[in-house]
Amino acid sequence: MEQTELLVDWSRAQFALTALYHWLFVPLTLGLTFIVAIMETIYVKTGDEKWKQTTKFWMGLLAINFAIGLATGIIMEFEFGTNWSNYSWIVGDIFGAPLAIEGLMAFFMESTFFAVMFFGWNKVSKKAHLLSTWLVAIGSNLSALWILVANGWMQHPVGMKFNPDTARNEMESFWEVFFNPNAVSKFLHTISSGYVLASLFVIGISAWYLLKKRDTQFAKRSIIVASSFGLITSLFLLTTGDESAHQVALNQPMKLAAMEGLYDGEKRAGIVAFGVLDPKKEIGDNHAPFLLSFEIPGALSFLGYHDLNAFVPGIKNLIQGSKEHGILSIPEKMEKGRIAVAALGAYKKFKKEGDLLQASQALKTFEQNQAYMGYGYLKKPEDAVPNVALSFYSFHTMVGLGTWFLILFVISLYYSMTNEMHNKKWLLYLAIATIPLGYVAQEAGWIVAEAGRQPWAIQDLLPVGMAASNITSTSVMVTFWLFAVLFTALLIAEVKIMIKQIKIGPEGH
Amino acid sequence: MFDLLTLQQYWWFLISLLGALFVFMTFVQGGQTLLYTLAKTEDERDVLVNSLGRKWELTFTALVMFGGALFAAMPLFYAVSFGGAYYVWMGILFCFIIQAVSYEYRKKPDNIYGERFYEALLYINGSLGIFLIGVAVATLFSGGNFIVNENNLSHWTVESYGLEALLNPFNIAFGLMLVFLSRFQGALYFLNNVNVPSITARIKKVVLINFGIFLLLFLYVVSTILFMDGLRYDATTSVISVESMKFFHSFMHMPLLIVLLLIAVSALLYGVFIAVAKNAQKAIWFSGFGVTLTVLVLFLILGLDSSVFYPSLADMQSSLTIENSSASQYTLEVMSIVSLLVPVVVLYIIFVWRSMDKSQITIDEVKSDPHHY
Repeated sequence: MEQTELLVDWSRAQFALTALYHWLFVPLTLGLTFIVAIMETIYVKTGDEKWKQTTKFWMGLLAINFAIGLATGIIMEFEFGTNWSNYSWIVGDIFGAPLAIEGLMAFFMESTFFAVMFFGWNKVSKKAHLLSTWLVAIGSNLSALWILVANGWMQHPVGMKFNPDTARNEMESFWEVFFNPNAVSKFLHTISSGYVLASLFVIGISAWYLLKKRDTQFAKRSIIVASSFGLITSLFLLTTGDESAHQVALNQPMKLAAMEGLYDGEKRAGIVAFGVLDPKKEIGDNHAPFLLSFEIPGALSFLGYHDLNAFVPGIKNLIQGSKEHGILSIPEKMEKGRIAVAALGAYKKFKKEGDLLQASQALKTFEQNQAYMGYGYLKKPEDAVPNVALSFYSFHTMVGLGTWFLILFVISLYYSMTNEMHNKKWLLYLAIATIPLGYVAQEAGWIVAEAGRQPWAIQDLLPVGMAASNITSTSVMVTFWLFAVLFTALLIAEVKIMIKQIKIGPEGH
Repeated sequence: MFDLLTLQQYWWFLISLLGALFVFMTFVQGGQTLLYTLAKTEDERDVLVNSLGRKWELTFTALVMFGGALFAAMPLFYAVSFGGAYYVWMGILFCFIIQAVSYEYRKKPDNIYGERFYEALLYINGSLGIFLIGVAVATLFSGGNFIVNENNLSHWTVESYGLEALLNPFNIAFGLMLVFLSRFQGALYFLNNVNVPSITARIKKVVLINFGIFLLLFLYVVSTILFMDGLRYDATTSVISVESMKFFHSFMHMPLLIVLLLIAVSALLYGVFIAVAKNAQKAIWFSGFGVTLTVLVLFLILGLDSSVFYPSLADMQSSLTIENSSASQYTLEVMSIVSLLVPVVVLYIIFVWRSMDKSQITIDEVKSDPHHY
């Protein structure tokens, strides 16, 4: 049994490692492709060669980022098979489709037109080139669409039915999977976060040129485009973030409670604007969850349910259940889950023996309890709670930084409109310092989404422990370290190359 | 719409076609192993890298698409093979991870590890990567050590997790066959795409040697397939049993495949002949057509005529067929509608390819482009 836990831990560690690495590069691609497309559009409209140079410079940085994005991306798709093979069978009938569509619709578009974007300047017409640049942007965003349809489904599985004969979930409605409200809000929130990151990237690097007093016209041009784009998209980021939180409240109340460190549910629940969790706090004790906190009253009820007076269940309520609020306790769910698992086994056995009457009775029992089947695999009720500190801090880091980005866009747009940006040294330094913060916010967002979903691979349906491949933990450990070494080596090269290209500057393009 | 078996066969055809197109596109990998054979100077090498550099992403994407299509249409294979032959698939993936950065980073200042390092990565991708893919594909004929339980969850029975396939001479030959195939295809691609006389002058010899070795391996592999014991499943009871010379019989049951194979081999031979005899630029199109069609036929013979496309060496009844490992009827229907996009994708790829390759690539062109690889 211990071996299984070790295997699951290593499998999770490997997936987390590869996903976090991949996620260092994707958001920049999502946003920078659009920024570059906007710049090239200005070039084609005005015919001003300076805009062409600006476009080409950012395109050069995009290519460096794009290459490592591909390198870290290919593993993501195959890892579902290599490390989560039970998962691949149990939900592959639904999950495989968006991944395949992503390949067909998005990857080919990206890779085909990427070559035109880079090598086609003298081979195709100006307009055809511009179209190719836009198609790369659309392609990369389409890819985000399909992968987030898949991810949204993991958070809130819809549009399927469990088939006891094949022992898997099968798709019943493609449109339900596609228009899953969780997927829609996730997609919009994720791409807008990419636009924001790319804007921070362009502003920060341009600020460096302004500080160095070189390529100032180029830098100012870039800042205007990026801060307008950043401001608009961060407002969008805010609204889609609100919708995402609402979806979490509706479908993943335990995740919401963990994100807010809320142990005891309440009406008019507040959001902790700033807080330090008490590491000694355990579920069910009487310790206060926070050593220090500052709360905005009613805000969580409003954010989660769009109602100031709504009841937000805490971790304790969700475990112990509450008749008043119609919450089934985790032990009850586990009991029902165990009945479902046993009934499925009985159904299989009777069917094999040809005892159809018994089989149909077992099937009936199974169907009555199947909604809680995933809970049947949990060992103790506390297993249903994700890591509170990780969820809480990453959520608050993300929100706090997002707010700062919005402020930065407002200030930098204002000063670039008044043509004073280059004189505001403090702002230029802040802009440079904000680039890494953009990446921190990205990773934090991803951690909230994925670590907050634990223990589930598929919410309420399939715990991670059941989802992994049946291999030895040593094999996964070996590949984990190989990934860690290889990706780190590639990252170092990427950063060095990128910095060198920035130092060479737009004149070299 | 259609019955389940028709959908399963349609999807097996699409997977086969994707696999075939991928193998054709591995001329990129073959080309990567010829950087020091065909080019003797820095400039020549740059031309070769840039010529491949405009195509490599398509090959890469075809591989990803192949995985995606298997996941969506044959999820049980995806789970059994990827999660079982773990080391082989991971090896393949590592070989492709290192390819993805190499073109872009090779010539960039401050790339830390130096130009030669990235060229070595390209070589590993082109040789080891293709070899391992060949070994993995070969196991579709020779089998893997897996067991699938009554809930369709699977496990591998040996802890070498796929590496044991390297002990089978058929698998090794299959892998090497793909390596030499990609090499002569790479040379033919350069003949088509590159305009540097010194390089062109070296191509003939490379094609002859690599094609010669390929041909020997190909004859061994095909004759082994024709005369080996294969598995057949009973369409009504789903019981799987051994049949001697199964694939030979399947060819007899589907004479169309024999005709296609003959056309394929003729096209391949013709392509190689006009390359060697006349330095014909268009040789790659004939050989490429031949390669694609040959691989297509080999994949089809695995999936059709009640064949087993992934035999289990550990438990014969666990073996995979297109009927027992496919997605549900509904999902296959949805994906079939999606597959109507395939011609659109193929058309724009052809269109872009033609407009980018109107003229052959030269040393001057590469040198004058500040963004070259």
